[in-house]
Amino acid sequence: MGEPKLNLSPKVSDDVRQTTCYMCACRCGINVHLKDGKVAYIDGNRDHPVNRGVLCAKGSAGIMQHNSPARLRAPLKRVGERGEGKFEEISWQEAYDIAASWLAPLREQAPEKLAFFTGRDQSQSFTSYWAQMFGTPNYAAHGGFCSVNMAAAGIYTLGGAFWEFGQPDWDHTKLFMLFGVAEDHDSNPIKMGIGQLKDRGAKVIGVNPIRTGYNAVADEWVGITPGTDGLFILSLIHCLLKTGQIDLAYLRDFTDAPVLLNNDPESPEYGLFLRDEHGKMLVWDRAQNAPRPFDAPDVSPDLTGTWDVDEVTHHTVFHALVHKYMDADYAPEAVADRVGLSAARIRALAAEIARVAFEEAFELPITWTDFRGRTHDKMQGRPVSFHAMRGISAHANGFQTCRALHVLQMLLGSVEVPGGFRFKPPYPKPATAHPKPHCKITPGAPLDGPHLGFVHGPEDLCLREDGSPARIDKAFTWENPMSAHGLMHMVISNAHAGDPYKIDTLFLYMANMSWNSSMDPGGVMDKLTDRDDTGAYVIPHIIYSDAYSSEMVAYADLVLPDTTYLERHDCISLLDRPICEADAAADAIRWPVVAPDRNVKGFQTALIELGAKLKLPGFVDDAGAALYEDYADYMVHHQRRPGVGPLMGWRGENGDSQGRGDVNENQLARYIENGGFSIAHIPEEARYYKPWNRAYQDWAVEIGLYDAPTPYVFHFWCEPLRKFQRAAEGQEERQPPAHLRDQIKNVMDPLPIWYPTSEASEAFTVHALTQRPMAMYHSWGSQNAWLRQIHGINPLYVPTKLWHAHGFTEGDWARVTSANGDIVVPVAHMAALNEHTVWTWNAIGKRKGAWALDETAPEATKGFLLNHLIHELHPPKDDGLRWSNSDPITGQAAWFDLKVKIERVAPQEIALPVFTPQQAPVDPGPERLAWTVGASK
Amino acid sequence: MTDLPKISDKKLGLVIDLDTCVGCHACVISCKGWNTENYGAPLSDMDAYGLAEGTFLNRVHSYEREPEHGAAQLIHFPKSCLHCEDAPCVTVCPTGASYKRAEDGIVLVNEDACMGCGLCAWACPYGARELDPAAGVMKKCTLCVDRIYNENLPEEDREPACVRTCPAGARHFGDLGDETSAVSQLVADRGGLELMPEQGTKPVNRYLPPRPKTETTAVDVLAPFLEVKHAEPEGLLGWVDRMLEKI
Repeated sequence: MGEPKLNLSPKVSDDVRQTTCYMCACRCGINVHLKDGKVAYIDGNRDHPVNRGVLCAKGSAGIMQHNSPARLRAPLKRVGERGEGKFEEISWQEAYDIAASWLAPLREQAPEKLAFFTGRDQSQSFTSYWAQMFGTPNYAAHGGFCSVNMAAAGIYTLGGAFWEFGQPDWDHTKLFMLFGVAEDHDSNPIKMGIGQLKDRGAKVIGVNPIRTGYNAVADEWVGITPGTDGLFILSLIHCLLKTGQIDLAYLRDFTDAPVLLNNDPESPEYGLFLRDEHGKMLVWDRAQNAPRPFDAPDVSPDLTGTWDVDEVTHHTVFHALVHKYMDADYAPEAVADRVGLSAARIRALAAEIARVAFEEAFELPITWTDFRGRTHDKMQGRPVSFHAMRGISAHANGFQTCRALHVLQMLLGSVEVPGGFRFKPPYPKPATAHPKPHCKITPGAPLDGPHLGFVHGPEDLCLREDGSPARIDKAFTWENPMSAHGLMHMVISNAHAGDPYKIDTLFLYMANMSWNSSMDPGGVMDKLTDRDDTGAYVIPHIIYSDAYSSEMVAYADLVLPDTTYLERHDCISLLDRPICEADAAADAIRWPVVAPDRNVKGFQTALIELGAKLKLPGFVDDAGAALYEDYADYMVHHQRRPGVGPLMGWRGENGDSQGRGDVNENQLARYIENGGFSIAHIPEEARYYKPWNRAYQDWAVEIGLYDAPTPYVFHFWCEPLRKFQRAAEGQEERQPPAHLRDQIKNVMDPLPIWYPTSEASEAFTVHALTQRPMAMYHSWGSQNAWLRQIHGINPLYVPTKLWHAHGFTEGDWARVTSANGDIVVPVAHMAALNEHTVWTWNAIGKRKGAWALDETAPEATKGFLLNHLIHELHPPKDDGLRWSNSDPITGQAAWFDLKVKIERVAPQEIALPVFTPQQAPVDPGPERLAWTVGASK
Repeated sequence: MTDLPKISDKKLGLVIDLDTCVGCHACVISCKGWNTENYGAPLSDMDAYGLAEGTFLNRVHSYEREPEHGAAQLIHFPKSCLHCEDAPCVTVCPTGASYKRAEDGIVLVNEDACMGCGLCAWACPYGARELDPAAGVMKKCTLCVDRIYNENLPEEDREPACVRTCPAGARHFGDLGDETSAVSQLVADRGGLELMPEQGTKPVNRYLPPRPKTETTAVDVLAPFLEVKHAEPEGLLGWVDRMLEKI
């Protein structure tokens, strides 16, 4: 029998439409191949700056998400009890009427009674604008339970953070060290970068209690004890100081190391920078032997020494940090037991970092001019780079730990230099260039400014006249003064408690708060369904928008069905979280590559229509007519500042301006022609040293990132922290409540410190963590017929020592107990794991009835959440108070501080706890898929 | 019983770098997407939203390795048909459906001739074939034979879907019969391995082994960086003061 004749050139598609992926927050460019108007295949866009053609499992599985049986079909009005999932489908008109009947009176009388919080929202500059125009102070996205520590620590310290806001210099770095990174921001760029480093023979060191993913391929694994990264990093710093391995020129020229600090404990300015009459920080000039502004063109700052200025003793920031970190408390021998690494290894790692930074240093022959006006004929390279994410930030000491890592980077001189860590526009941008938080309410009028921002002292806190919190989530209060992303994880419990006040309507978007996005989901469900003495719900109204039948849908009174990501307009904007690279500014759009076949609308369009119905400023003209037809219209026509709108590409009447320019009616067509994105390359002389590089600063002004050059120096010394400490010491006008004084004094140290994240407990000695799988993104993936076959179950992985100690064997189950309760779950052995740590995949467990899954689905039988073991408050302490389970500086939810005990139990049929199944507002999925579209088959 | 073709010089196959594979499953899903829409019957998913058992041509397995010295390791191991030169799945096929292409060595199943008996899957020592329960035919890696020569695709896309999509660049495609090809060079440079050579199937695909893991210790090269130069803060500050004169 001969070989059959094959058609080796089948038609791939009728049409290829290029848009932006939304299977996670990575925002890759995708080619959507269509046959007969249906999605046939998705692959990566080779021209796209984020993914350059590659695509992860999530991205390729987009076709299953787009066709998910869990897609909501029409607006829904609750007809049963909250939580049951009984709805009737209604028209959009009726949905808007209902929403407006709740919201319009609130706006006129008490706009703060609307709490509007968004989850995996990629349009925060738009949703926050809507909330601001409504006038409520109660808006935030999900950063507070995600990774605000990373963002806030980075911005206060360096003027930029890890996340997707920066990247290692993949082309030049020779040592790349990851702290606490599983699948996270950035998703594909990190995979691509690690591949590139491996090609070049660069070394990768993974610091993580769990050796999976990037840590599995890392050349070296540092299996640290959870929550001790800060101590480890401060010990590395100790070693670098003792061995003299620091970049003095960098410290002198680009950081606040030489800035003078008031060192007189009796002085009211103790611990604050010495400034001139214009508020400029002063350094000691070695040539003139006098204090001078840090940015004077001919200044020659000293790094060491003590001087009396106006009879007050001052020393440099560098002096303070040397004294702090050379202390024996940070010696490797002193920290080894707590971090779970030998002192010799800590020393050796510090030496290896120093060796690569200084012995393998190199220069790029690029001439550049700094902000003092000095021209340099080369760029000094330090080929050591770091990346970190929530493994270090989701702890109650996460803010200071993230700052400690930035201190390490600065001492090595490896930020914004060749081979080091590089910012992506719109970063670098110092904390002082960001807005401050705003909370002034005027019924019937907008809020006095943006909700979220960066506080610089107690005067910026969001407190009411009586000192009580202005916001429902108590962000920017003494409990967590620097909560730059808000505290979404506190909204429902505070609203339920009426603390600091009662609200009327809870409006949530894309946030699965009754399940995997909350601590203590059982408690949250109770709060959402609780009734007062009159029989009314304690939280009177709940509006929820989601594209899918998530666990949260059942708790809404009104559901606004969103589209899938292939059916919608979106902008991935420089006003928000763009898709820039270290060498380019870039933004992108989504556009409906296929039309919805259901009665659904993109949430942003629904919000525009609702805004117009409520006659919100910015959404209607003076005559009360709607300003925007839909979100696409807004993307093109909205201007945040004159000439600066959501999209930077093809501005101006003819589309020939980038960054700044008038509205261009053809803007979206030009994006589509270009594959869905716009890119502006940074000139060569502006590519490094961005915070201090005149060429970069000028370029950033030209394309609209800043309105004026904004050079600054990095901060070892975080002066805003010191101002809060001063308040706790009795200085400053605004004073913290007595019970918080010690906490503020102790943790808000202007130089990074480490403190234990939980009290030692004899009962709970095992750390319990979660990680995101690379092939799933939160709960979304479980409705995806292909992805759920990869991660349909999530055993609790147990390290060898505990496995043997408890006598576990394959197929066993365990009861896992914390101070908040217990769960019963399947276990599996894992050797490549810190010996005091158990872990599982994040957000695999599902409630029966949700996500159009069958009741037999493993996600709903053997899948589980660790969330049930975590409470947003700690158990009562000796003082009788229940302290927040958050970072006391930023309010970041401290998910990874969880400590448990485990016990072997008999094999079970179903993981505990079990909740009653929800009724689904969607039909069950088909039993069998054999996916193919197009007439050709 | 099906005969193997006269051996051609061309041996198309994959080279998979186990040192770089982060275990993200991008290749698994990209393969599923392309091959459900293209070559032969779609790759079905039975009980898709319940217990879910789907057909895949490529799966990633993860194994732990506990070396005598040093920490335990996790290795991600993508597995698909290795397009063996002495393919037992071909010779065992009673209908001739399972065959090896003479011109490039790709092993395929002619689904029109496949009766779904499953003998080939039994014969394959690698477990690289799956019988699709919906279509009742044997499915396996086609090396994207309908991509690699596809004139409807831009030339740069004429490679298997799994290779095109791999974010870490851990998958390589080419002619392993040509010693000068990039993939052959890679195999030579990195000591690429045959999977289970003792089976005598002469697989074409190669795996690049993980590079040795390290644990930084105080070796000689680090001595200058380990030496404590300043025991006390004043010593360091004095040194900095002297250094600042020079920079």
